[in-house]
Amino acid sequence: MDLDERDLYELGGEIRDAAAPDGPIETRWERRQFATKLVNPANRRKLTVIVVGTGLAGGSAAATLAEAGYRVRSYCYQDSPRRAHSIAAQGGINAAKNYRNDGDSVYRLFYDTVKGGDFRAREANVYRLAQLSVNIIDQCVAQGVPFAREYGGLLDNRSFGGAQVSRTFYARGQTGQQLLLGAYQAMERQIAAGAIEMNSRHEMLELIVVAGRARGIVVRDLVTGEITTDFADAVVLASGGYGNVFFLSTNAKGCNVTASWRAHRKGALFANPCYTQIHPTCIPESGTHQSKLTLMSESLRNDGRVWVPRVSGDSRKPGDIPEDERDYYLERIYPSFGNLVPRDIASRAAKNVCDEGRGVGPGGLGVYLDFADAIERLGRASVEEKYGNLFEMYQRITGEDPYLVPMRIYPAVHYTMGGLWVDYDLQSTIPGLFVIGEANFSDHGANRLGASALMQGLADGYFVLPNTINDYLAAGPFEKVDAASPDVVGARAAVQERLDRLLAIDGDRTVDSFHRELGHLMWEYCGMERTAEGLTKAIGLIRGLRDEFWARVKVPGTGEQLNQNLEKAGRVADFFELAELMCIDALHRRESAGGHFRAESQTPDGEALRHDDDFSYVAAWAYGEKPTLHREPLDFTYVHPSTRSYK
Amino acid sequence: MDFQVRVWRQSGPGDRGRMVGYDVTDISPDASFLEMLDVLNEKLILDGDDPVAFDHDCREGICGMCGLMINGVAHGPERATTTCQLHMRHFNDGDRIDVEPWRAAAFPVVKDLVVDRGAFDSIIQAGGYITAPTGAAPEAHATPVPKADADAAFEAATCIGCGACVAACPNGSSMLFTAAKVSHLGLLPQGQPERDSRVLDMIEAQDAAGFGGCSNAGECTTVCPKGIPLTLIGRLNADYRQALRKS
Repeated sequence: MDLDERDLYELGGEIRDAAAPDGPIETRWERRQFATKLVNPANRRKLTVIVVGTGLAGGSAAATLAEAGYRVRSYCYQDSPRRAHSIAAQGGINAAKNYRNDGDSVYRLFYDTVKGGDFRAREANVYRLAQLSVNIIDQCVAQGVPFAREYGGLLDNRSFGGAQVSRTFYARGQTGQQLLLGAYQAMERQIAAGAIEMNSRHEMLELIVVAGRARGIVVRDLVTGEITTDFADAVVLASGGYGNVFFLSTNAKGCNVTASWRAHRKGALFANPCYTQIHPTCIPESGTHQSKLTLMSESLRNDGRVWVPRVSGDSRKPGDIPEDERDYYLERIYPSFGNLVPRDIASRAAKNVCDEGRGVGPGGLGVYLDFADAIERLGRASVEEKYGNLFEMYQRITGEDPYLVPMRIYPAVHYTMGGLWVDYDLQSTIPGLFVIGEANFSDHGANRLGASALMQGLADGYFVLPNTINDYLAAGPFEKVDAASPDVVGARAAVQERLDRLLAIDGDRTVDSFHRELGHLMWEYCGMERTAEGLTKAIGLIRGLRDEFWARVKVPGTGEQLNQNLEKAGRVADFFELAELMCIDALHRRESAGGHFRAESQTPDGEALRHDDDFSYVAAWAYGEKPTLHREPLDFTYVHPSTRSYK
Repeated sequence: MDFQVRVWRQSGPGDRGRMVGYDVTDISPDASFLEMLDVLNEKLILDGDDPVAFDHDCREGICGMCGLMINGVAHGPERATTTCQLHMRHFNDGDRIDVEPWRAAAFPVVKDLVVDRGAFDSIIQAGGYITAPTGAAPEAHATPVPKADADAAFEAATCIGCGACVAACPNGSSMLFTAAKVSHLGLLPQGQPERDSRVLDMIEAQDAAGFGGCSNAGECTTVCPKGIPLTLIGRLNADYRQALRKS
């Protein structure tokens, strides 16, 4: 099938972030907060907010909104809010505390994050994020998050990729778990107080928009199959990223795009869907049974050295390869950042050496991450103290002991920078629909730095949204939603019809078989390296596979019971639509930026080549028969876009 | 590798349930236990049978969603390992493997291997937190915490809430789970103001949720994927006695 790029989408008008204040960047957030309308505490009791998702963003937002006096109803698909996938974040959380006296500051964190995002994020948002980072650490310590400490009792820090200061706070390799439990416990306190109504094992399947405002959701009780509607004055989506479109990723198996995609179909713009982060340090695939990939924290690159044999086809055991026949390629190509280059750069470098035939392990898809020097320098006990649980995890999965043999790692899909478009207030293009955490697109540009996801999720949930949402809710309570109105009845009927249709196909292929094939396509053509030819081909293949899905998928059981395959089928159906938009976005962006690498746009030595004159904008897509592109121009007045160099 | 797997099948809370045998063939030794069940389910679906329902999510041992009784042992034969991190290389070709859900009065079966662990949340609701509303926090370095205390608090806080401790306990007690949270918060200076009320309220909540009493059998810590030590129960008991004396 021959597809012409110009036939794939329409061009719409420019959009602007109307909520963002101008003037000096240092005081923008303060001025926005002052300009925000407030809601008197007595009136907050009359206002209801629905929060979908209970990860760092959703959990912290639900707890904070409830503390402020709003009535909150929270939803998650897991059996408890404590299990959201933020729990799996390993390495740490950045904050500009400058406890190390190593030259860190709010401005430096802001600068590093804008640069790390390859100059495709909004300056104002990132500055606010850096400002709030210090409050997050205070808040979490007060909640009892057991961060690592030094012998004097003060907090310890470590370094992460893309930074030359030590600003990452951590709790061994389980920082996400500890931060999430802090937010979860704050939530449970509000549940006990009756301020949050928690609905676990429920999945949002549709957004309800009435008179132009987001007013509720349609949910399915995953245990009974019952479809219900819930109405509120505002809806907050904190439903995470869409990395599972690749089937194999470091996301939890249940992570999905459905809540975001349903909102997109109802009018919320979807921004920069092609910006996906491929994490450099994951355990390589071991066979066709593989159901997910496991990350090894980036913090390992503090002490581990990445290398491959100098010549291709060297099949000796790693210990038998002498020092001068090894290529520590990150240290060689990027002497100033070495093994701590940002994720996009480390991933692509790994791909390049594997493409040269120098990869190690089965299939040649792996590179070594070697701790021999660190163990010699620091002693085994010290390495164990820092990374013990990660080493155990590696050994459990691979059956190899990383204290004795170097780890084998390979890049894997990890995080999605794209997401629903939001303004400075974190409000989408549907009034009353707010989007926080990984589900929005706002702060990481084309590439997220390590330890910044936890920072953004908690900044959004604890501090940004609970302030900005007041401005919207001050106009409420809004008119009671009529359950018999066509908007509500229609949304509910659409959900039911879709489920019925999926169950009725009764074909001869399983949901997982389609999901695997879609994921393989995406990895091949919309993964670490993309070309116009490959993306065009992928769009045709995705369309064909989607049609086949709707004709041949087999979903066993009924809708009136716990039916895990029906849940999966709905999610995969949405992934098909998202996959096409990702490819269109990747095709239209004829430059390389961060996690989006177009083979046609590279420097002579193979680095990403941006085209600021043509592409210094956010690509925000409207849903339609053909998607419509709205551009939001990006202005850089503080950090001047330059060629990102880590050499 | 080939296995004869017997799985607990129960269509819902009202069903009596029974063990059903399946042959699972051609499994890679590098596959995880849940990936072995994935293979079984793919086959069941194409054969027109009902696939086995089981809980899982992160598949990297941290979310606490998965949990199966494998040959009568919570999370199976490997120490300090969740079901999702158990690999088939630890079994022998041709093994018969029995797979059952957690069995405890406080964890009713939802379907097949899926149970309802909402009772754990109710224990946390009773006091498993530090009251620190957003925005009210002092500067993080205002209160240094001795490293030993911080490390011990962290060890206790690594509990993933999977429920293996309850499933392994002859009394169906949640004492290790509760003790882990009481210890995590009680070891930190920030947790002191609510230390007494916390332990009293959480113990009351675990009794109300239908968990059994602790008789120090120690099965809980043996199966705990995070190795939460039994000594924390002693710590909880000491806190509890002290709180009772004061109340």
